[in-house]
Amino acid sequence: MGEISVRAGGAAGDGIASVGETLSKSLSRMGLNVFGLNAYQSVIRGGHVWFQARASPSPVHSQGDACDVLYAMNKETADVHLPSLSRGGTVVFDPEKFDIPTSSLPAGTKALPVPTLAIARKYTSQSILQNAGGLGATAFLSGIPLDVLQATLTDSFGKKKGDVVDWNLGAAADGYAHAQANASVNDHAISKAGAPKLLMTGNAAIALGAAAAGCKFIAAYPMTPASTIMHWLAAHSRDLGIVVKQAEDELAAINMAIGASFGGVRSMTSTSGGGFCLMVEALGMAGMAEIPLVVVESQRAGPSTGLPTKTEQGDLNLMLGAGQSEFPRAILAPANCVEAYRATIRAFQLAEDWQTPILLASDLHLSENYMTVDRSDIDLAVDIPSLYTLQPNGHEYKRYQYTQSGVSPRSLPGQAGLQWIAGSDEHDEKGHLISDVKSGIPVWVAERARMMQKRMGKLEGLAGATEPPVLEGPAEAPLTFVAWGSTAGAVRDAMLLLAAKGVATNLLHVRTVYPLHAEVVDAALGHAKSTLLVEANYSGQLGRLIRAETGRAFPHKLLKYDGEPFYPHEIVAKAVEVLGHGRN
Amino acid sequence: MAGISAPPVTPAVGTLLPLIGKSDTKPTWCPGCGDFSVVAAVEMALKRLKIPSHQTVIVSGIGCSSNLPHFLSSYGFHGIHGRALPIAEGIRWANHGLTIIATGGDGDGFGIGAGHFVHTMRRNVDLTYVTMDNQIYGLTTGQASPTSMMGHKTKSTPEGVIENPIHPLALALASGATYIARAFSGDVKQMADLIAGGIQHKGFAFIDALSPCVTYNKINTFDWFRQRVYKLENSGHDPSDIGQAWLRAIEWGEKIPTGLIYKVDKPTYEDLEEVLSAGPLALQSAGLKGRESLLDEFI
Repeated sequence: MGEISVRAGGAAGDGIASVGETLSKSLSRMGLNVFGLNAYQSVIRGGHVWFQARASPSPVHSQGDACDVLYAMNKETADVHLPSLSRGGTVVFDPEKFDIPTSSLPAGTKALPVPTLAIARKYTSQSILQNAGGLGATAFLSGIPLDVLQATLTDSFGKKKGDVVDWNLGAAADGYAHAQANASVNDHAISKAGAPKLLMTGNAAIALGAAAAGCKFIAAYPMTPASTIMHWLAAHSRDLGIVVKQAEDELAAINMAIGASFGGVRSMTSTSGGGFCLMVEALGMAGMAEIPLVVVESQRAGPSTGLPTKTEQGDLNLMLGAGQSEFPRAILAPANCVEAYRATIRAFQLAEDWQTPILLASDLHLSENYMTVDRSDIDLAVDIPSLYTLQPNGHEYKRYQYTQSGVSPRSLPGQAGLQWIAGSDEHDEKGHLISDVKSGIPVWVAERARMMQKRMGKLEGLAGATEPPVLEGPAEAPLTFVAWGSTAGAVRDAMLLLAAKGVATNLLHVRTVYPLHAEVVDAALGHAKSTLLVEANYSGQLGRLIRAETGRAFPHKLLKYDGEPFYPHEIVAKAVEVLGHGRN
Repeated sequence: MAGISAPPVTPAVGTLLPLIGKSDTKPTWCPGCGDFSVVAAVEMALKRLKIPSHQTVIVSGIGCSSNLPHFLSSYGFHGIHGRALPIAEGIRWANHGLTIIATGGDGDGFGIGAGHFVHTMRRNVDLTYVTMDNQIYGLTTGQASPTSMMGHKTKSTPEGVIENPIHPLALALASGATYIARAFSGDVKQMADLIAGGIQHKGFAFIDALSPCVTYNKINTFDWFRQRVYKLENSGHDPSDIGQAWLRAIEWGEKIPTGLIYKVDKPTYEDLEEVLSAGPLALQSAGLKGRESLLDEFI
């Protein structure tokens, strides 16, 4: 059994996202690995949206390239996506809405007319029910059993019962029966492969990770593609005892999160690049005042408002340099849901251990797309130690006491005898300002330098506490990919495609963008026969960082900044081209 | 106000917890600055209410007046310009057993932080916010502020201010603050009374303290105010009457009222945030141990 890709498209407002979710969930319940790509636009009605659910018993790391079954809800979908229909593939459409002339079908593909509107009319005047008929036909072609589809549909209505659920189940069965009577299943059709898997978006994984890490407070301002982190936590706020605050702006959001952390809880904020720009000043305050903080930066295509619903990895320079002057930080860059769950937990632990802001770099491709996760990969049993660890010891309490690691004992408001003032100004060990009357006086000039060294000294510890880059794939290969974040997904798929062609490649996956672990990167690149940097930005921002820290440049880059995710075939093509050039 | 002592540091029974006092940092304000009265009034109010220093957090932004937390012995947060209120809100929600006082200047609160000022008030977060309003930017050596009067010549407005000043009290009234008062640095006792009232008030208490800058504001001086201020408590003002409150909130010129402008009891944000009904967030359990069923929604 191979893999199958099922695509559905229509206009915004047609319910494509629910069709896609239903397909993805049905496939994941069959025990298959799924990647669900939700391609949408920044409109609530109109425009072209589509969803691709790719499923396989083997791991899938991206949306893949072609589709095997296409459900076209409008003519535009057929026009745009028929060229992607694989040989042996079938397009489902309703001839009452538009026609697909045989001449427009790619060679070796078929069209299956399904009377989705007529099926819907059997039950209701609400035309949205057509989706259920279309889903039924699509499910049949794909190998999704009707009972699995129906159970998924029923569950999608939650506690809702009655006509609307029955109509959907009936229409789905009708569509399924119609396809069964008039077509045969796709050559790529899949079947059950094991126990149901979990299906989640990157943002759900991040939110779940935050809750597991003991986060008790999030303040955020809505911004695609970060908003659904706040949504998930808001939906579970009472159940999990997490305060979720939609702030008046991102300035407030991060300052609230910093206040909450100072006040004694693990806290976070989440945003996209534009909102992160507004947070930058406060990020430096968290660094200066040494307050633990987790900031999720889910990138979208920019600059400025950019492409709000499209993906990019263009904010790395921003995250690296965010804030005036210098303070310690780490930037974690998970590539998929499991990594995102674990990286979020690690981000909270790092923030707490090193008393400094930790950035979790996501992007729209990771944040909003669906991936399956094995239940065993999600360990909820994370130890949450009390933050009230300090006891007065008879000596004067120094919040910013000089230590080897740079981390000083931290008390929380409410603890007697351990009062301190968190300061955004430069301060001495006790937290007293040295920024005004003392500044410029030799003893305090030295104090300032020493305090700077104390804070920046944490970077060494952070480097040791974060995941170094890892070489995935064979140790020896003619080509080494270098990638970070969600881009690693498409690279992993490309490596499988290349391996199938007999071309061995490996991937230097940079899991912690900062601190970079330059020696590890340098050694890996020094060993590589040739390299290909793959990044979703214009200038190759990780490449620039690596060059700055190791002196190693990337003669070959595959950079994408059109807002679309990487497709494995693009990476394969570039790799073949690079290898054709021989060693570099 | 009931404070919650955070574990595991629980004082022995009978121990008298230290009340707030001066810290070992001396104020850096110019001699004669109105802010000396404000720090004294804050200290007096907290002492009178017998709130232990370790259960008090004083939060500020940036500006001359925002140095205030350093001069007292409580916990403090000297944040960045304009963000005292969101920081204070975060602390409040993390541990609503604490007494939290936000302080700062007119530029901090009504200029760069104006958005937070409005939103914190509409939420009725249980905070006390004391602004040291000197109608000038002092720390940056004398530019116009959001409360500088029309025509005021400053370094940034050499021909005089041509914008209308903000009426902080009217803005507070419009935004939903539930305790609104004006104090004057020439009357520390009244100021301490108003701040103590604000701390005791359940909800957002706003005290705009007229606190003259003796160095950069040569118009709105102590003398200028002394000739104009009158006390509302002696003038038959009813602070529960919002109509009267509006008239007093916008009264500015020949006569300037001080005292309690408006007070109303309404549920606070913390009252309405269900999660906080289980006690201060910082003392609640956290994490997902034993919550395996949570994963079922992803099947």
